[in-house]
Amino acid sequence: PAASPGPAAPAGAELLRWQWREVQAPCLVAAWILVASLAKIVFHLSRKVTSIVPESCLLILLGLGLGGIVLAVAKKAEYQLEPNMFFLFLLPPIVLDSGYFMPSRLFFDNIGAILTYAVVGTLWNSFATGTALWGLHQAGLMDPGVEAGLMDFLLFGSLISAVDPVAVLAVFEEVHVNETLFIIVFGESLLNDAVTVVLYKVFNSFVELGPAHIHATDYVKGVASFFLVSLGGTAVGLLFAFLLALITRFTKRVRIIEPLFVFLLAYVAYLAAEMVSLSAILAVTFCGICCKKYVEANISQKSRTTVKYTMKTLASSSETIIFMFLGISAVDTSKWTWDTALVLGTLFFILLFRAVGVVLQTYVLNRFRLIPLDRIDQVVMSYGGLRGAVAFALVILLDREKVKAKDYFVATTIVVVFFTVIVQGLTIKPLVTWLKVKRSDHHKPTLNEELHEHAFDHILAAVEDIVGHHGYHYWRDKWEQFDKKYLSQVLMRKSAYRLRDEIWDVYYKLNIRDAISFVDQGGHVLSAAKLALPSMPSRTSMSESSVTNLLRESGSGACLDLQVIDTVRSRRDKEDAAMHHVLRGSLYKPRRRYKASYSRHFISPDKQERQDKEIFRQNMKRRLETFKSTKHNVCSSKSKARLKEKGRKKASAPQAPALFLALRFGLPQDGAPNGKTHRNVPWQDAAPVLVMVSSEEEESDSSETEKEDDEGIVFVARATDEVLQGKTTPELCKLPLTVSPSASPGSLDVCPSPCIIPPSPTLAEKELPWKGDQADLAVYVSSETTKIVPVDMQKAWNQSISSLESIASPPGIESGPQHRRFACPVLEEQPQSASQAMPEQSSCFQFPSHVSKSSRSQSDSSPDGPEQQELQPLMATEEQGRVPPTVEPRWLMFNRPSHL
Amino acid sequence: VSHSQITRLYSRFTSLDKGENGTLSREDFQRIPELAINPLGDRIINAFFPEGEDQVNFRGFMRTLAHFRPIEDNEKSKDQNGPEPLNSRSNKLHFAFRLYDLDKDDKISRDELLQVLRMMVGVNISDEQLGSIADRTIQEADQDGDSAISFAEFVKVLEKVDVEQKMSIRFLH
Repeated sequence: PAASPGPAAPAGAELLRWQWREVQAPCLVAAWILVASLAKIVFHLSRKVTSIVPESCLLILLGLGLGGIVLAVAKKAEYQLEPNMFFLFLLPPIVLDSGYFMPSRLFFDNIGAILTYAVVGTLWNSFATGTALWGLHQAGLMDPGVEAGLMDFLLFGSLISAVDPVAVLAVFEEVHVNETLFIIVFGESLLNDAVTVVLYKVFNSFVELGPAHIHATDYVKGVASFFLVSLGGTAVGLLFAFLLALITRFTKRVRIIEPLFVFLLAYVAYLAAEMVSLSAILAVTFCGICCKKYVEANISQKSRTTVKYTMKTLASSSETIIFMFLGISAVDTSKWTWDTALVLGTLFFILLFRAVGVVLQTYVLNRFRLIPLDRIDQVVMSYGGLRGAVAFALVILLDREKVKAKDYFVATTIVVVFFTVIVQGLTIKPLVTWLKVKRSDHHKPTLNEELHEHAFDHILAAVEDIVGHHGYHYWRDKWEQFDKKYLSQVLMRKSAYRLRDEIWDVYYKLNIRDAISFVDQGGHVLSAAKLALPSMPSRTSMSESSVTNLLRESGSGACLDLQVIDTVRSRRDKEDAAMHHVLRGSLYKPRRRYKASYSRHFISPDKQERQDKEIFRQNMKRRLETFKSTKHNVCSSKSKARLKEKGRKKASAPQAPALFLALRFGLPQDGAPNGKTHRNVPWQDAAPVLVMVSSEEEESDSSETEKEDDEGIVFVARATDEVLQGKTTPELCKLPLTVSPSASPGSLDVCPSPCIIPPSPTLAEKELPWKGDQADLAVYVSSETTKIVPVDMQKAWNQSISSLESIASPPGIESGPQHRRFACPVLEEQPQSASQAMPEQSSCFQFPSHVSKSSRSQSDSSPDGPEQQELQPLMATEEQGRVPPTVEPRWLMFNRPSHL
Repeated sequence: VSHSQITRLYSRFTSLDKGENGTLSREDFQRIPELAINPLGDRIINAFFPEGEDQVNFRGFMRTLAHFRPIEDNEKSKDQNGPEPLNSRSNKLHFAFRLYDLDKDDKISRDELLQVLRMMVGVNISDEQLGSIADRTIQEADQDGDSAISFAEFVKVLEKVDVEQKMSIRFLH
């Protein structure tokens, strides 16, 4: 028998072995990250707390607590924030993230101010603080234990005066000040790294040399090294940005490693700069800023998303760990020595000199700035000068042998960091509110804005040319020419380059715009339908705006968390947001469907992406057309609407289709919740009931969802319902619109558009919780019904007959979902007509139900069902074939009266 | 406008004025090399010329350029009684609006928009796509349903844009 290893047989094979030592280091790292992340979750459990207290404060406090526990358990302080770990692993992700997602236009628009604050401001701060502290020391106000000369204080001043990017980012992201203010403070905090590094190194070497051995040449060297370090760092960054862009140009076949290149090369840039003691932060920042345009154009959509989220995740976890470890490190009392005068003096001086520096520099800058920074901005800028982990890491790096007062400096730095992060971080939000600082509004750029701003740029460049003044716009224009001629040619793929046109921005935004319009239109059309309602024409304008607002609001509400992650949202991100949050409706589901194949391979998605876009575009176009024509028709239908509503009960031929159509889209709403079997039931039950009842049922159903699901789309439906005075059902309101066989024959290509929307809901029935579907459908119901307006009935009717034969007679031959879609209406229309006319339509009833069932089963069971469903988004190509389904119901309806 | 700036602009004006007759013609403007590659160059040149004329004197030249003067703080607080300064927000906007509005009917029609779009767009975007952009743009801005953008609508769509900043040049301080 196999020897079962027991404790008694140490020589034998062991089942399990305790291998703590081997995994200790990575395990600890993982554990800390886990703790920090869990802590984040806990913080965010309470919205109230996080809205008042910045996360960084909470993390520091948590770190303090944890440090205390560790200290109590281990009797010695462990797990410090090691400078090496900080500079090599924790800092790069944050800097890369901020560089990569830096809004470059804004950054370069304000580069003058940023550079001034970063260079002059930091120099001023360090010298002033250092000298003032030295003065304090000379005056004998400090503890005699503080053994430090002028150089030591200057050294301390250099490390304590730099505004910290991590802290600034953490606090300012939550404050949402206006973009200019943010970019200036944040840009300063990034770019002042070069100054800090140089000053720190120079003074450190001076201190180590001793004041006696410093020669004049050393000062010159110091100045020279500043230029070397900053420009060298930038150059390294640009070099790697170029490399990175070039490499991603050739990754077409290996999409999967695209994100890796981005991270790898950026990190190598950091290390390379660090290696030759250039400014690593500058290197990564500029690498990120400069490569983005080309990299984004080259890599695939998925890679973009991956890059974005990985970057955000890394940066966010680094930040979390940094703040937590700051707290933990502070517990270790053995390292620091307290001196009240030094601490208070430092606090006072950094605040004072920062304010003085900002005011003086702004005074100078405002002479050159187009839009001057006003006093409130200056207050926020002064107050926003947060110190952070960089200062802490630098002070820990000091050599105790050379810098005698290190312990004092460490204590002071910790206090300063804690003070700025906690006290200033806590108060800056109320301050900003109190001062009424212009906040940033996250409105999505409209096509008009984009277009006209583009035009403005051209106008300004032209005017500058005319005036013969080589100003900012002149250089910007020149740069863009250069970029277009050479850089983009070299760094971008041919395909990407072709797309990358001057108006590409605008054009790309069109997609986003349209994505929003997808829903917005729902809102508009809804209100248009209301306009048609005789009872309340006056409310239209109001409700229209409110509906749109609601949409917008809820849209942004949905994106809220996204916005928190990225203050700096790129266009792509916006699209993502728009896609994911606004577009729940029809695009979302097909996308989901794709995902299965996405993950399998990395080549196929491209095609699908393109398809996606293509369809999207085509859909939009058609929609636009229909929408336009609808808009025109609204007025005319308005008057007719009244008539039709009155005559409704007579169930004349043209009305029935309308009703039917309305319900047709309503049905999925009903059916979705409980699946197929249930779907048929309620309608059969409702058969003898009046239209009103059935639709009311539906309405109550939908309003239920509204309560549960407060996404924007739902709101729309609800809003309309409310405006529509409750019990008037949506269908009825829309009915008039639908019915009015608009005089203008809105040619048949209008027809397909209604078809385009429903499939996704139907598809979605299987995939998503019914709530979402209903919500979406609520909108679509209206939009579709209204859209049908322009269809020339006669024409459609003729077409439908011919097309019906081909489509309806062999049921289920066509794609499943399609059939299902129009099958349901048929089914449901039954009760409608029955209730209105007579309940003896059973013969008629059989046929459609049969069709629906067969097609349904077909779609469900047949192996190629899903395939065809995936084809669904491609409908645009099949638009012609699609016409019939829309019209089919009409045919049936037309039939019925004749039956009677 | 300070004296030195006027002097500077005047010297620029004379250097542009190849005919040396105290006025600038379209050709004078078109000689500026950078303007030739500016997609909206011709439109902007046109903006310098009052209707029906093809000469502009220094006064007119300055009048057009004055649109691009940044708005200063003390001007904001000035009383509203006087004539609106040329660099006011609405005048800045109106300048831009006129670049679109070729037929001067105070409306940007779809065709007019399309023309400007075509100028700013490379050849890579098809007419169809461009058309849909134009449609979308108009639909977005259109409030009274006339399928054109009136000046009021134009102002409305750009109300969130910092026009004061984006239509100003520091040189003309």
